[in-house]
Amino acid sequence: MESSILIVLVAMLGGAIRVSTPFMFVALGECLTEKSGRVNLGLEGTLVLGAMTAFAISYHTNSPWLGVLAAGLSGCVLGAMHGSICSLPRVNDVAVGIAMMLFGVGVAFFFGKPYIQPVAPHLNSIPFGFWSDSPNLKSALQINPLFFVGIAAAFALAWALRNTRWGLVVRTVGDSAAAARAMGVSVNGVRLMTTTIGGFFAGVGGAFLSLSYPGSWNQGLSSGQGLMAVALVIFARWSPLRCVGAALLFGAAGAIGPSLQSIGVTQGYYFFNAAPYILTLVIMIATSSAKHSAADMPGELSMAK
Amino acid sequence: MSDAPLAQSAPRAVVPAAAQIGSSRWRSDAEYVVIPVLAIAASFLLFAVFLLAIGKSPVEFVSLVWRGGFGGAFSLQNTLQRSSPLIMTALTVAIPARIGLIIIGGEGALVLGGFVAAALAVPLIGVVPPMPTLILMAFVAMIAGGVWIGLCGFLRYARGVNETISSLLLTYIGIAIMNFFVEGPLRDISNPNKPSTKPLPDSYMIGSMPGTSVHWGFFFGVVLCVALYLLMSRTTFGFAARVTGGNFRAALAQGLPVGRLIVACTMIAGACAGLAGFFEVAAIQGRANASLAAGYGFTGILVAFLARQNPLVIPPVAIMFGGIVAAGGLVQRRMGLPDATVQVLEGLIFVVLLTSETLYGRFSIFKPKGR
Repeated sequence: MESSILIVLVAMLGGAIRVSTPFMFVALGECLTEKSGRVNLGLEGTLVLGAMTAFAISYHTNSPWLGVLAAGLSGCVLGAMHGSICSLPRVNDVAVGIAMMLFGVGVAFFFGKPYIQPVAPHLNSIPFGFWSDSPNLKSALQINPLFFVGIAAAFALAWALRNTRWGLVVRTVGDSAAAARAMGVSVNGVRLMTTTIGGFFAGVGGAFLSLSYPGSWNQGLSSGQGLMAVALVIFARWSPLRCVGAALLFGAAGAIGPSLQSIGVTQGYYFFNAAPYILTLVIMIATSSAKHSAADMPGELSMAK
Repeated sequence: MSDAPLAQSAPRAVVPAAAQIGSSRWRSDAEYVVIPVLAIAASFLLFAVFLLAIGKSPVEFVSLVWRGGFGGAFSLQNTLQRSSPLIMTALTVAIPARIGLIIIGGEGALVLGGFVAAALAVPLIGVVPPMPTLILMAFVAMIAGGVWIGLCGFLRYARGVNETISSLLLTYIGIAIMNFFVEGPLRDISNPNKPSTKPLPDSYMIGSMPGTSVHWGFFFGVVLCVALYLLMSRTTFGFAARVTGGNFRAALAQGLPVGRLIVACTMIAGACAGLAGFFEVAAIQGRANASLAAGYGFTGILVAFLARQNPLVIPPVAIMFGGIVAAGGLVQRRMGLPDATVQVLEGLIFVVLLTSETLYGRFSIFKPKGR
């Protein structure tokens, strides 16, 4: 009994690291976009398109890292689309996000059809469990390099937002567009840039979905991770570093079902699969308030959290 | 914004302008017809360029959509059949839009409604005659859908939880609930192919409207549209809801029961999607399984936005998309295009349509004279 609890915990640790990576990238991208005062709900579509692009490019060029880059660029394209459409007057960013989500998923499924069967070279994980004899721990500590890229990106983003002129401009645009205009900053220009970079992050997150072990592309690859990441940013109160912690928590929740399956508990598999959605909802209920807006929320966000 | 979370999120463009006065009304109304039509034309043009770029013929595509969706009695009836869930899930978006909420979880309410209806039928078959069984099934489906979407409205009002995100999360949860029961406790073990609930016998299925092969869901969908139009634009309830959607603070200051209005609107919206699920089960599938999540709830979002959240405009728009969806199979077979082609087209129309919001008020031809 005790050993099976240990197996579940170790599997959850490994799962948390594995499942959290796409959450982390999407959340970092959305965090940057929202810091500038705009919401991009379309990152679910970006995530799926990124996964498809990464897989296709890796398949054709035999280089998974080129695939990661291509996924990021495809995310840039969708992000730039969202950013430029929302620059027009009277256009609602939340609604455009929903449209971009449907559009991105549609395009990914359209071009992804021929890639459902083949196998593409995937990103090799780094075996951090070499010191241990336990096969469970060894497999849990097979960590994908993108996980570390994500953590490094979180630190870089947190530093840049806090300490650079660029970060100050982004935060000003997000807190008060009028103040930014008075500074002579192009508000729409900054938001276009943050949405495009945010799209890049989400695209890279998608690359993880299709290129991490075992590496395959199919239409069920993402089911709402992109959208949950938006909720995660609220939970992380718009801090890139807290986004990493929140992503790990979500990853652990997502790993409950498969972990229990590894010791033969299959009862209620579908309920455990729904755990991340339920957790997201519970967290949103716990952290939102009808009376006042969330702490640290960028003042220009159109979407009341 | 602290005490007015709802007003903040209410997109101006979603709520149609208040009634215009005088004889020049048709001029400004024309704007709401011309611009969406232009947007559809522009997206078809973009889609044609896309097809040309991948070496397919746009002319063939259009003629196939016409043949598969509208040319001939069979395809037309198929189209009407498919537009029925689109009408109802579009109402799931349109009614909350009036009160300033963007709900995108119609898919979940449809799946849950259909599942609950099918599950309720299992013990009743053979015990209760068909008619009362069907009425009961429809009733619980509407309750289930209503509670599901009503929860989003309640959480929005009571806790400030963003309803767009919560409704989509609840969609995934709803589908998981159905999968759990369909693959577990309620699985029909005599059907090894696809996990489903026990099927309804033919005598318990809803028939088609006289002289057609279209089931009654289409009729009820249109009736619902008219009834909800009247509710939202001709009653005190609807007026109060629109005031709340237009200016949350003003509604509060007027002493309107804002919370109850929001929950009522979202429950009505969810009940529509639940009813769509009931008709999918009782008129088409005969059982609840994964085919219920066929994406009608998502296409319904687009239908509602294209109809500018006006219930009376929903049926024609839904028929148009029902035709495109119905022709999907034909397009797929004849042109060798993936089944996601329709999704790309829908996404494109949606993006272009929202972009066209920026055009309102830009053309002087639509301005009423003397103002």
